[in-house]
Amino acid sequence: MSIVSIKNLWFRYRGSDNWVLRDVSLKVDRGEFIVITGKSGCGKTTLCRCLNGLIPHFYEGELKGSITVAGLDVTKTPVSRMASIVGMVFQNPSSQLFMLTVERDVAFGPENLGVPRDEILRRIDWALNMLGISDLRFRAPHELSGGQQQRVAIAAILAMQPQIIVLDEPTAYLDPYTSLSIFNLLKDLNSKLGLTVILVEHKLELASSLADRIIVMDGGRIVVEGGSREVFMKDLSVYGVKPPSIPRLFLKLMGHGFRFKEIPLTVEEAAEILREVYLKVDRG
Amino acid sequence: MIEVRNVYFTYPGGVEALRNINLTIDRGEFTAIMGENGAGKTTLIKMFNGLLKPSRGCVLVDGIDTREASVAELSRKVGIVFQNPEHQLFAETIEEEIAFALRNFGFPEDEVARRIDSILKFTGLERYRGSSPFMLSGGEKKRLALASILVFDPDYLVLDEPTIGQDPEQKDKLLQFLVEVNRRGKTVIMVTHDVEFVAECKPRVILMRKGEIIADGSADKILVDENLMKSTSLLPPQISAFASKLNLHRPGCTILNVDDAFRILVDLYIGG
Repeated sequence: MSIVSIKNLWFRYRGSDNWVLRDVSLKVDRGEFIVITGKSGCGKTTLCRCLNGLIPHFYEGELKGSITVAGLDVTKTPVSRMASIVGMVFQNPSSQLFMLTVERDVAFGPENLGVPRDEILRRIDWALNMLGISDLRFRAPHELSGGQQQRVAIAAILAMQPQIIVLDEPTAYLDPYTSLSIFNLLKDLNSKLGLTVILVEHKLELASSLADRIIVMDGGRIVVEGGSREVFMKDLSVYGVKPPSIPRLFLKLMGHGFRFKEIPLTVEEAAEILREVYLKVDRG
Repeated sequence: MIEVRNVYFTYPGGVEALRNINLTIDRGEFTAIMGENGAGKTTLIKMFNGLLKPSRGCVLVDGIDTREASVAELSRKVGIVFQNPEHQLFAETIEEEIAFALRNFGFPEDEVARRIDSILKFTGLERYRGSSPFMLSGGEKKRLALASILVFDPDYLVLDEPTIGQDPEQKDKLLQFLVEVNRRGKTVIMVTHDVEFVAECKPRVILMRKGEIIADGSADKILVDENLMKSTSLLPPQISAFASKLNLHRPGCTILNVDDAFRILVDLYIGG
């Protein structure tokens, strides 16, 4: 059952002749974990804005085709309604947090949706607990580290109990260890809550092994889609996309006579494959 | 040469951001300053052009004590490209943005025009010449901020998280560019979390944690040290971690990137 169904979508911003999205069709199933990648300016951020109605309600322009999310026509549904269905998380969490305490920031979304007070309190408990930040409840968001702030931003979105969470390079400003913990957290929310995750990322190193499907965009179109292993087998350089180093190494080896059944995505898989196939050969 | 001697720095409000930093960066070096969020990396580079002055100790740039020079004077030598381009961009058009520093430094108009042309071409921003900086994408804004510093050709090029929001093509271009300007003698200092990027350019690596330098050495030695890297919220490059699992590293031949691993594996199983 598709939660997102986009058909033949074209969009250009007001005042621009250039179509930023060109005939994009996409179906996303409930509970899927999708990674969207592509070079700067390929239209991935614009596509995300179409999912919660920021396009066409906030960013105006010319739109052709249809966007259906959770059964609603996004172009005819108020942004306030979409906000309770699709949660958005951006690169820089400090642009999303503005209250004096974490608790107030997390309460803000449900308050605006008119959720009753008891229910808001329950949701704050739940969201902070899910993110492992209950101890930050009464802290000021602007005093927290980048990783903590991004967790607060995600908690604030979860408290609205969206069906889909869309994240636009959520770990860009975070150190690798913290990024990894955020990605693992997303996977956790995806598998435990069945939350549909749409993640826009350049850093495929950490994200690709979590994704059910990778979508590559170029020039406003979806040019490649499929499972990570399948997608990395294709020549993505024409679209300005580079597979992570582990699959890249194995592709290069395959190009030089090495035989592998499949391409690994993680360090562990890679070590396992090479160990099985080659290390039993005496290295003399 | 940049010399940092026994530097301590405390922000107003009492947060101690740097503790007993001692560091010398020679002319022509290529250095990466790495470490967890909040380790003091950005604070440290702000010392290099005098934006911040040490609470204790001193910083010398080519022998000039930063406490005794103006930021304007130092920034001609030390060009810093900040992490968030929004903090740096302000002009009406991209062309004016880039011209700003050149005109301030008194370059003649024909030289200004020549440099703008070449830098727009290099950064792939030519088509936006007359547009507002604020209509650019995040990645493009970063490139504009870099262009506006590169254009006046400072001796020390300092970049704060230059790869954030950049796609692989832009990263490759940036990598080639940094290696090339460094080869021609420019001192390059970058603050970054991007271990995969550092694994490609293999600079000297300075690791920071909680306001202190915890390691200083070649990329070969530092990036593969998993415990050291993890102690400041970094992870070794994936290829290094893979090579460590299979004991593929050799003395004097540490595996940091795809090309390194490829050479060793081909050597082990096909050649040799």
